Order: sequence, then structure tokens, then C-alpha cells
Amino acid sequence: MPSLKDLKNRIGSVKSTRKITKAMQMVAAAKLRRAQEAAEAARPFAERMTAVMTALAAGVGTGEGAPKLLAGNGRDQVHLLVVMTSERGLCGGFNSSIVKLARTRANELVAAGKTVKILTVGKKGREQLRRDWGHAFVGHVDLSEVKRIGYANAQNIAREVMAAFEAGEADVVTIFYNRFQSVISQIPTEQQVIPARFEATGATALYDYEPSEEAILADLLPRGVATQIFTALLENGASEQGARMSAMDNATRNAGEMINKLTIQYNRSRQAAITKELIEIISGAEAL
Amino acid sequence: MASTVQFDLVSPERRLASFPATEVQIPGADGDLTAMEGHAPTITSLRPGVLRVAAADGMKAYVVTGGFAEISARGVSVLAEQAVPLTELTPAQLDALVADACEAAAVNPDKDSADKAVADLYAMRAAAGL
Repeated sequence: MPSLKDLKNRIGSVKSTRKITKAMQMVAAAKLRRAQEAAEAARPFAERMTAVMTALAAGVGTGEGAPKLLAGNGRDQVHLLVVMTSERGLCGGFNSSIVKLARTRANELVAAGKTVKILTVGKKGREQLRRDWGHAFVGHVDLSEVKRIGYANAQNIAREVMAAFEAGEADVVTIFYNRFQSVISQIPTEQQVIPARFEATGATALYDYEPSEEAILADLLPRGVATQIFTALLENGASEQGARMSAMDNATRNAGEMINKLTIQYNRSRQAAITKELIEIISGAEAL
Repeated sequence: MASTVQFDLVSPERRLASFPATEVQIPGADGDLTAMEGHAPTITSLRPGVLRVAAADGMKAYVVTGGFAEISARGVSVLAEQAVPLTELTPAQLDALVADACEAAAVNPDKDSADKAVADLYAMRAAAGL
């Protein structure tokens, strides 16, 4: 049975924890709004880009002479998995869900006799993957110093990935991230970026191409990779804040419940102590 | 009043401009072109240069580094990798762009195109009057 003083201290400490989680929740809410705005602002570019590339890809096809980023290099032996996670913890199952998906995929690939390489973005995923997949790490992108994710960050990752592809160190590149659906729901997603995949659309508008279809496509594909990575980073950013917000909301609520329970316990033992003292006084008086 | 086309300028990070324009002068990779109402649907890639737009309230100019432009019946949309309104461009920014391009040219195996990008930037600097 904890003493009254212990209980009081305990209540005090849970109260300060609740203050912290509450503050973190509010910070996450503010950051979430910014992240969502950023993701929305980036959407028109990504959409147009995909639309134009889809039209171009349909025109050029994946036959011989097609750009390698589109048609692939004819092999699918080495798979590079780009696992995007957060730099900070305390965001519920956000990182675990991405890592879980990546791990499942990696296991499948290994079982199928493929080689798996892993590029991690964000420290948390790296920590979780290190034990099982540490040998497969080929690099790490640190975004902990980055306050606002810019297109330049995505370009750097894209450059690294494309360099690996061109050097023949990777045949297929897939990115893993959390797609933001709502504050309480983020969907772990895998998306193949190299070779590029486009949903075939029926009608394609007739365009004049300057210089030529092939030249534009060759120019656009690297940008397309960067754009996809950029979109993924932004979605991930919004998801992270959303996940943190709901995790901190839960924590705040749990702390509140705990405080109530502890307060009841505290009051009960206080009363018990008073009753005990009274009984002692009364029985002492009766004995006289 | 000349008829207008819908003009959109989008960079990866945000939409920079969206308004009706009477004409759009695009620095295309194969040479400049001007899009007006009724232009044939065209997709062209951009070279670093100055994009000029004539709108109801006067000429607007933006510095773009690369990307592509889509001219369709719906309007002209320019998807630029980096785009800055000319009036907001500082010489320091321009120098940074040139430095980036030079750096890229140093490692790029395709010497011609990289050198062209650098030359385009110098031409753009001259055009921007900085």
C-alpha cells in the first residue's frame, strides 16, 4: 500500500506528463496544418506531371529504345527499397507500420531469390530495421536538420536513387511511405518509381511535342522520380504529424484517467487514515 | 480587348500564378515561343530563361530554370522546377543558380547539354538586367 505522500507525488508527476503530452498534441496539430497545406500546394504540379508523362509514355511505349527509367534495364534482380520514416518518435504506430510493410516486402523478395538493398530516409526506420536488415543498408538520408521539406531534398534522394539505377546497382526501386488519409488513419503505401509505372488512360490528347516526344520524356522522367519522392515526403510529413497528434491525444486522455484513479485512491487512503486515528482516540478514551 | 487563355504557373512546392493572360512567351528548349488563344496543343520542355506573360494589368515576368509547358485548349500551364518572379529575383539567387549549374556541368557526362544550361543562365542574367 503506497503511502499518502507517494500517491501525492505520483499524481503530481502524472499531471506534468499530461501537460507535456497536451502541449505536444497542440504542436502536432499546428504542424499538421502546415504539412497538409504543403502537400496540397504540391498537388497541382504532381498531377499535371503525371498526366503529361502518362500521355508521353503511352506514345513512346516500352519497346526497344525507350528510356531506361521507363522500360527498366531488363532485369529485376536487385531491388532497392527506399523506406521513408520520421526523424522523431512519439508518433504511435507511424514508423512501425511502414517498417512492417517494408519488412514483409523484403522477406518476399528474398524468398523469391532477389537481392534486397535498403535506403533509409529518417532515423527511426533505420533503427527498427537495423537488426534484421542492417546488412542490406546502402545508405541513409538524414532530414533531421530540415525544417521544411523542399523540392531540393527530394531531388537529392532522387539523384542518389537514379545514380544507383544507372550504375546497375539497382534494377527496381520502390518507395515506402505513409499516405495521409486523415488524422487517425494513415495508409502504409509502397510505390514503384523505377521503372516508372503509369496507369493507362484511354484517351490521350493530341499534342505537338517540342523537341521530340522521346527527348521530352527523357527530360521528364528524372523529374518525375523526384516529384514522386517529393509527394511521398510531404504525405509522410503530414501523416507523421497526424499520427503524433492522435497518439498524444490518447496519451493525454490516459493520463487524465490515471489522475482520476489515483485521486480516488488518495482520498480513500486519507479517509482510512483519519478513521484509524479516530478509532485509536476513541478506544484510548474508552480504556480509561 | 484580345481574347485570353488561362495561364497557370506551378512549381513543385506551390502554385505561383493563375490568371487569364492574352499571351505567354515561353523559353522553350528549341527556342522561344509565344502562346496565344487558339495555339495548337503543344508540350515543350523549358530552358532556363525568362517567362513573360501579358495579363490585363500589364506584363509579368518570371525566371524559370527548367521543366515543361503544356499548351492546350484549356490554357497554358507551365510546370517549372524553380520559378521566381523577376522583380523578386536577387543577384545572389541568380549566382546560386549559376553555381549549381556549373557544378552539375562539371559532373554531367553529357557535356553539351550541361554547358548549354550554363550558357542559358548567363543569357538569362543578361536578359534579367542584373
